[in-house]
Amino acid sequence: MSKKTLVEATVNGETVEFLCEPRQSLLESLRDILELTGAKEGCLTGDCGACSVMIDGRVVCSCLMFGVEAQGTNITTVEGLATTGTLHSLQRKFLEHASLQCGICTPGFLMAAKGLLDRNPEPNEADVRYALAGNLCRCTGYDKIVKAVLDAAADLRTHGEGKAAAR
Amino acid sequence: MHAINYEAPSTLDQAVSILKAHGENARPFCGGTDIIIQLRAGVRRTEHLVDIKKIKELRNLSFDAKKGLRLGAAVPCIEIHENEMMHRMYPGLTEAAHLIGSLQIQNRASVGGNLCNGSPAADTTPALIALGAKARIVGGKGEREVPVETFVLSPGRTVLGPGELLVEILIPAPSPHSGDAYLRFIPRNEMDIAVVGVGVAVTLDGEKVKSARIGLAAVAATPLLASKAAESLAGKKLDAKVLEEAGRLASEITSPIDDMRGTAEYRRHITGVLTRRALAIAAERAKKN
Repeated sequence: MSKKTLVEATVNGETVEFLCEPRQSLLESLRDILELTGAKEGCLTGDCGACSVMIDGRVVCSCLMFGVEAQGTNITTVEGLATTGTLHSLQRKFLEHASLQCGICTPGFLMAAKGLLDRNPEPNEADVRYALAGNLCRCTGYDKIVKAVLDAAADLRTHGEGKAAAR
Repeated sequence: MHAINYEAPSTLDQAVSILKAHGENARPFCGGTDIIIQLRAGVRRTEHLVDIKKIKELRNLSFDAKKGLRLGAAVPCIEIHENEMMHRMYPGLTEAAHLIGSLQIQNRASVGGNLCNGSPAADTTPALIALGAKARIVGGKGEREVPVETFVLSPGRTVLGPGELLVEILIPAPSPHSGDAYLRFIPRNEMDIAVVGVGVAVTLDGEKVKSARIGLAAVAATPLLASKAAESLAGKKLDAKVLEEAGRLASEITSPIDDMRGTAEYRRHITGVLTRRALAIAAERAKKN
């Protein structure tokens, strides 16, 4: 075991400090050290996207990043999507459209979709499918996921993030 | 994964001195999208990773009409795609950078890392070869510039010696009436490794080709510069016969392998097809510039 490093970062709006070994992935750091188990371990090779989180506003595979690299960054995980106990529009639309079967891929899809909608509030179906190309659903429920993201985009355009969440 | 040491220096001098101190036991580290997988799988070993992403010079992406493009080794692919100038000046390279993996990967991976990983199937390397790019390398003994087509020595091995670091990629400013293009064949729309990749750059003189360069990927142990194919175009109009001949000459220099992505024969055939198509696209772009 090598020496541990102290990392300070903002996770879901809160400043946190954690100790990790340089070889530990951000995914391991989140799940095993910070006990945020929303991001899932799927392939560990960047193919499945189940571990997707946002770092400084960009979606990345947390399995392909070291925990020590998170020093000074702003991290959002799926746990940070809902505000004050109210689901984010994307989460509500995933429920309404039944966009999950086993649910393992869902946190990754939600974060990838958030990454898309933050940059492009009016995506078409091709935009959504392109932005979600890095996320695999083993149950193959892609159609309902795409519909939920398009519906959430429309909802957010009408009500805005704050109001949509408060309804 | 075995234990590693991680450092993230903020200057090039610091990075070089750390790399020099640890010699063969250290490697530069950027987006991590290849090396973390390789360390985990045990196909690469290193004691020290030197994260280069905090070095300002390596995050630089700037264009000068005389000096051309300076692309820092640590600029993530997504910043190329989000740069309007890159779409206008180097659309082929920009397309190549935007089809590597998913957005999650493009948000981390860099063109410099794609080159240093030394894969024969790297998407951006043939696009760089076509543009006549040079790799600026700095090490303990000073610095040197290497043409990109000579950077990769064999799968996973490059000209970077112990203590050396790729700082930036230098690309000449496009001449008037020139254009580039990159085409990759994969059996699906996204998220795959090239069966064949072809990057081309063409400069026109009226209807005729003044000069051209062609880079190939996934058809030999290293990315290739197809000189003969490119030279065959000089002074000619890009008609079907001329394109056919360039495609044939390009496929002639390949030495592909048979694998799950395609047979050697198929790869040779596709090399010709993509060379013709990429040349036609680049020529159309050149007419508008």
